[in-house]
Amino acid sequence: MSHPLDRYLRTDRLPHIWCPGCGIGIVVSAMLRAIDKHISEGHFSHDDVAVVSGIGCAARATLYLNFDSAHVIHGRAIPFAIGLKLVKPRLKVIVIGGDGDIAAIGGNHLLHAARRNVDLTVIMVNNMIYGMTGGQVAPTTPPTIYTTTTPYGNYEYPINVIKLLSALNTNYVARASITHPHLIERYIYKALSIEGLAFIEVLSTCPEVFGRHLGFKNAVEFFNKLKEMVRPYEKPPIERSDIVWGNEIVIGEYVINNREGFVRSVYKSLNKWCKG
Amino acid sequence: MKVEYLTGNYAIAEGAMTAGLKFYAGYPITPSSEIFEYLAKELPKVGGIVVQFEDEIASINAIIGASWAGVKAMTATSGPGFSLMLEGLSLAIMIETPLVIAYVMRTGPSTGIATKSGQYDVMQVRWGAHGNYEIVAYAPWSVQEAYDLTIKSFNVSELLRIPVILLSDATLVHLWERVVMKGPGEVVIVDRKKPKVPKDMYKPYEPDEDLVPPMACFGEGYRVLVESLTHDERGYYKTTNEVQRKLVWRLVNKVRKNKHLVVDSASYFVDDAEYVIVAYGTTARSVYALVKELRSKGVRIGLFRPKSLWPIDDDALVKACSKAKKVFVVENNVGVYVNEVCRFLKNKDVISIPVIDLDIPSPEDILNVMREWL
Repeated sequence: MSHPLDRYLRTDRLPHIWCPGCGIGIVVSAMLRAIDKHISEGHFSHDDVAVVSGIGCAARATLYLNFDSAHVIHGRAIPFAIGLKLVKPRLKVIVIGGDGDIAAIGGNHLLHAARRNVDLTVIMVNNMIYGMTGGQVAPTTPPTIYTTTTPYGNYEYPINVIKLLSALNTNYVARASITHPHLIERYIYKALSIEGLAFIEVLSTCPEVFGRHLGFKNAVEFFNKLKEMVRPYEKPPIERSDIVWGNEIVIGEYVINNREGFVRSVYKSLNKWCKG
Repeated sequence: MKVEYLTGNYAIAEGAMTAGLKFYAGYPITPSSEIFEYLAKELPKVGGIVVQFEDEIASINAIIGASWAGVKAMTATSGPGFSLMLEGLSLAIMIETPLVIAYVMRTGPSTGIATKSGQYDVMQVRWGAHGNYEIVAYAPWSVQEAYDLTIKSFNVSELLRIPVILLSDATLVHLWERVVMKGPGEVVIVDRKKPKVPKDMYKPYEPDEDLVPPMACFGEGYRVLVESLTHDERGYYKTTNEVQRKLVWRLVNKVRKNKHLVVDSASYFVDDAEYVIVAYGTTARSVYALVKELRSKGVRIGLFRPKSLWPIDDDALVKACSKAKKVFVVENNVGVYVNEVCRFLKNKDVISIPVIDLDIPSPEDILNVMREWL
C-alpha cells in the first residue's frame, strides 16, 4: 500500500532518523503537499524541484526526498542553492534546515540572500536548540533555559529572524508552527509561487532534547504547550514577532513585498551589458 | 589563434573563458581581484554569469552549486580567502565536483603584505582541507603558461570530477607578457562525462573503469543526490568500514591511477647535469637565468621545473636528477616543497635553498645561498 506522496520520497531509505514526536516530519509532509498541489495544478513539474540542505536534523530531509537534492555542509545550503538557481532559473529551489544551520553558522548567507532577494524558498525549522549534537544552546534558545553548554541557564537573547528579514525588505516572510500544519502548507505553497526570497520559519518541537531540558515528560505534553502559546493572525505587525517563551507566539504572514527577484535583476543587467 | 599582451591575472581569466567557464563567484582579494574584474566585463559576453558574494565561503559553495547545475565554474582568491574556502574544498572533493580555484599567493602568515609575492602556501594547497584526498595543483611560471595551465586545470577538473587549483603568485599575475590565445578547435577542451544508463538505473557515485562516475546534473531528470556524508554508489549515507574504505580509496585512486593525465613538468640542461635545481612558479624564472649563467661558465647544472606541484611528475624528476651529485630546491618561502622532492630522491643529496623575497628571489641571492655547496 502506498501513500499518494510516496512518489516524492526515496521510500527505500525509510525509516527516517527523526526521533518519535519530532516536529520535522510535519514540516516535510506539509512541504510535499504544497509541492504536490503546484505540480497537480501544472505550475511546474516534479523534475523542476530541487532541494538543498546543510547539516542538522531538519537538513536530513534531503536524504529522503525524491527530487534533485543536495545535502551539503553546515550553514552553506543557501550559497550552493544560489549558484544552482542562477544557472538553472527554471528550477524551484527549496532550502530546508534548522535554526542553527540557517540562522547561526549560515546567518550571514541568509542575510545577504534576503538583501539580494534571491529566488529561493527557505524553510527554517526552529526547534530553539542544537538537537543533532545533543542539546547545546542555539541563537534561538529563549533566555534562562538550561542547555548542555549553558548549564547555568542561557545568558543570551535570541535572534528574531522574522524581524531581521523584514528589515531587508524580503519579499515573503512568514512564521508557521507544527501545531498548525495546514498553515505550513499554505505558506510554502505561496512561497513557491512568488519571485524573490521567501522565508518561512516553522516553530517545532524537539521532545528528545529540548523537551527534556524544559522538563516535559513526553512529546505530546510539549506539543500541547506550544499549541497553547501559538496563535495565528492575518498579516500580523512585525512588532509582535518576538518570541518570549510562555507568552503568546504570533504566527502568520508578516511581510509580503513585490521587489524584483535576484535572477531577473542579474539576467537583465547582463543582457543590457552585452547589448552595449 | 590571436596574440595579446596580458597580465597573469588577465591570462587566467582568458584561459578560463577558452576552457568554457560559465559561472564565476568571488570575493575581492588582492592580488587576485583583476581576474574577477576582467571576467565581470567579459564573461557575460559569452553567456556566463559573474557574482560577488559576501565572503569566500559563499563563493566556493556557489560555484559548487553552479557546477551541479551543469556548467564550468571557478573562483579566484589568495591566502586568507583560501583558508575560508577549505571546508568547501573538502565538500567539492567528497561530492566530486569539477571546479577551478585560481589561487594567487601573497605573503603570510595572516594578512602579511597583500600586494607582495611568495610561495608560502604550496603545502596548504595540498593538505589544508580535512579528510584524506589527492589534490591537483598547477604552478605556471609565465603569463603564457598561466593561460595554458588554466585551460588544463579545467580539463583535468572535468575529466576526474575534482576541484583543481591554479597556483600563481602576486609577481606573476601583475606581470605583462605576450600570450598566444587559442580559438575554438585549436585546443582540446574536456567536458564531464554524462550518464549513458536509463534514468532509473543511474547511480550518482558509480564509477566507470577510470574510477570517475558519469555526472548527471540538477534539472536533467535523474533525481541526483549530492551527499557530503560518507555514501555508497547511490549516494546513500552509510556508516560501515566497507563503504568508508571503498569511497576514500576511490577518491584518492581516481587521481593516482590517472596521474599520467595530470602531471606536467619541464627539464632544462639536465642530460649531463651534476647539479640540478628544482624550482617552480616565478622562482624558476630566476633559477633559469642562473642556470644559463653558470652553464656559460662551464658548470654542469640543470633545472627541473614541476608544472604540476600536486602531484609532482616524479618519473621526470627522477630522470632529470639521475646523474646529479647534488639537488637544490629553491623556493620563495622557508623551504617546504623540498620535502616532496626528497620523497622521490631518497639516495640523493637534496639541499633546501629557501630565499624569501617580496617579488622573486634574484639569481644573485640564490647563488649566494647555494655557493657553499657548489
